[in-house]
Amino acid sequence: MSEAKNQILNRIKTALDEIPEEERPEDISVSRTYHQKGKLSEEKRVNLFVERAGEYQATVKRVKKKGIKGAISEACKRQKITKVAIPTGFNKSWLPDFLQPQFDSVDTRLSHNKLDQMDGVISTCALAVAQTGTIILDAGAGQGRRVLSLLPDYHLCIIREDQIVELVPEGFAQIEEEVKKEGRPITFISGPSATSDIELSRVEGVHGPRRLDILVVG
Amino acid sequence: MSKKSIQHTPTFEETANAYLTNSQLRRNLGHATHTIRNKRTKIVGEMPDWEHLREAGNKLKKRVMRHLGSYLLQLEESVEKAGGTVHWARDAEEANRIIVDLVKQQEAEEVVKVKSITTDEIKLNEALKKEGIQALETDLAELIVQLAEDEPSHILVPAIHKNRAEIRDLFQEKLNNKELSDRPEDLAEAARLYLRKKFLSARVGISGANFGVAETGTVAVVESEGNGRMCTTLPETLITVMGIEKIIPTWQDFEVFMQLLPRSSTAERMNPYNSFWTGVTPGDGPQEFHLVLLDNGRTNVLADEVGRQTLNCIRCSACLNVCPVYERTGGHAYHSVYPGPIGAILTPQLKGLEDDGAASLPYASSLCGACYEVCPVKIDIPKVLVHLRGKIVDEKKRNGSIKQRLNPEHVGMKWMARVFQNSKKYERAQKIARSGQWLFVKDGTISKLPGQLSGWSAMRDLKPIPDQTFRGWWRTRNE
Repeated sequence: MSEAKNQILNRIKTALDEIPEEERPEDISVSRTYHQKGKLSEEKRVNLFVERAGEYQATVKRVKKKGIKGAISEACKRQKITKVAIPTGFNKSWLPDFLQPQFDSVDTRLSHNKLDQMDGVISTCALAVAQTGTIILDAGAGQGRRVLSLLPDYHLCIIREDQIVELVPEGFAQIEEEVKKEGRPITFISGPSATSDIELSRVEGVHGPRRLDILVVG
Repeated sequence: MSKKSIQHTPTFEETANAYLTNSQLRRNLGHATHTIRNKRTKIVGEMPDWEHLREAGNKLKKRVMRHLGSYLLQLEESVEKAGGTVHWARDAEEANRIIVDLVKQQEAEEVVKVKSITTDEIKLNEALKKEGIQALETDLAELIVQLAEDEPSHILVPAIHKNRAEIRDLFQEKLNNKELSDRPEDLAEAARLYLRKKFLSARVGISGANFGVAETGTVAVVESEGNGRMCTTLPETLITVMGIEKIIPTWQDFEVFMQLLPRSSTAERMNPYNSFWTGVTPGDGPQEFHLVLLDNGRTNVLADEVGRQTLNCIRCSACLNVCPVYERTGGHAYHSVYPGPIGAILTPQLKGLEDDGAASLPYASSLCGACYEVCPVKIDIPKVLVHLRGKIVDEKKRNGSIKQRLNPEHVGMKWMARVFQNSKKYERAQKIARSGQWLFVKDGTISKLPGQLSGWSAMRDLKPIPDQTFRGWWRTRNE
């Protein structure tokens, strides 16, 4: 054991000498009486997500499954996007022909500099939280490495309605296993990059993607 | 390890006056604190279970503090199992040496930093500079403070004391951008362009930690701009400095803290970006991860049973925004990286009460209690303030210099104590005062006292001692 570690642990022991030795952490009871499960119907939950994500200046659009390709096409045209990064596991049949996709995979990783030159990225997500309008990425299929949704200035995220949970605790519960078993990195995204550092007025867009579009597929 | 030498910082009273007369500063601060305060009230108001969350947050932190040793060992094991390396640092000097060595091993001359008050606390940037390594602050407000060679003045918004025109002037000069306007969008764009090149070439990133999960080894950084994601994703090596009190027991506990923090801090339902990483992920992000666990006085705080709750703090800054003292003086008057009500209790406990400046901070409060009301982890700040005031008086009695012991207030209180102890002395003092007070009585009140006592009467009017006292009347009454 390092000397520093030893000494810090000793200091802690001395500092806490009034605590009975038989006390276990669980003896300090924590009552989880806050809301852990949502009560909204699926339709209301989806509506809440659309509303809350929209309040962050993200553009949220609801589409049917067969309309995904058209919606991607429309969004990319509106945002003037052609060079897009595509994570491994993303459904290629959704990509319109005019796009110039660059596929990221374990064998051919797009370099940081290359990603910086991209117009945008199109990805899916692991789940979303309606209460806070948050999308959650867990680096799974269709999402890929963390850097993909970071360097390009535009992010188009596709989410299925059944991936939306109502409350924050439900969101954390759903990714718990992946973190514990695989140590997957998790990213929460609530609207585009922003800052309130100048006179506390919120400005959209600093370092992360400055524009975020979300397609909710029903 | 070098022995701790006492460095005296100026007292709050000495410096607060200068800040109070700076009307530009007061305007900036008043605007900013009121904006965020109102936003917070609204966003917390939409949570029917807010009090339950606060209570759970408080209890979880209490659990951590009472069993900190075992949680730290659990965290170390989890992080190492996930491919990270854990370092232990007793004080700032040791932490800085560990970090400098790690950066040197990577042969990096420049590091990118996420906003971290803990690294401000240990003065990491200075330590790196001495070794020829430039630490680049990437949070917009920290960048502003760094370019201005200024000090942070708020936990969440370190440049809260500067307005947009001041920031434009700074960027025009330091980023060599003469055409820049003062629109916040343009200022943010200037920072984006300047920092993008740096992010892409950085080999080492340095961050603080909002939370570290003992159970899984997961570290969380909560932010808005994306600079935190850049620093924790792009470089090959990531070094995270974490105060030992930032532990939470389990992954599930995020469901409490990740609701409390964003709403209390930026007054948002959720801040734009939260990153959670667990050691090293092959092929994704930094392939080398170091976690530096920092004591630097925290175990002193832990040793005080009343003061211990100070370590519950999750650095949201809600208490700063509601504090009538902070709102008027700003953060610099506190001479600490932790200003406001939380700083007034944390700084003296971290630095020790021997430091005059630190010992003046518990008095920088009207004890109105607004800070406790908004604290998401229910730190009873007024209680700790009063407790520390008591400790300071004891400390002065025990170890005070001759000057402190001859301080008129101290002498006066001692004299009063002696007089109040004995009824004869008390009555004699009344008699003397009655015959001498006519010099100062005007229209039935005493509103001006001479010499050292004038400070007391400057703010208060006194009733003169009456011709007949209660004791006198009691003795002469007819039964």
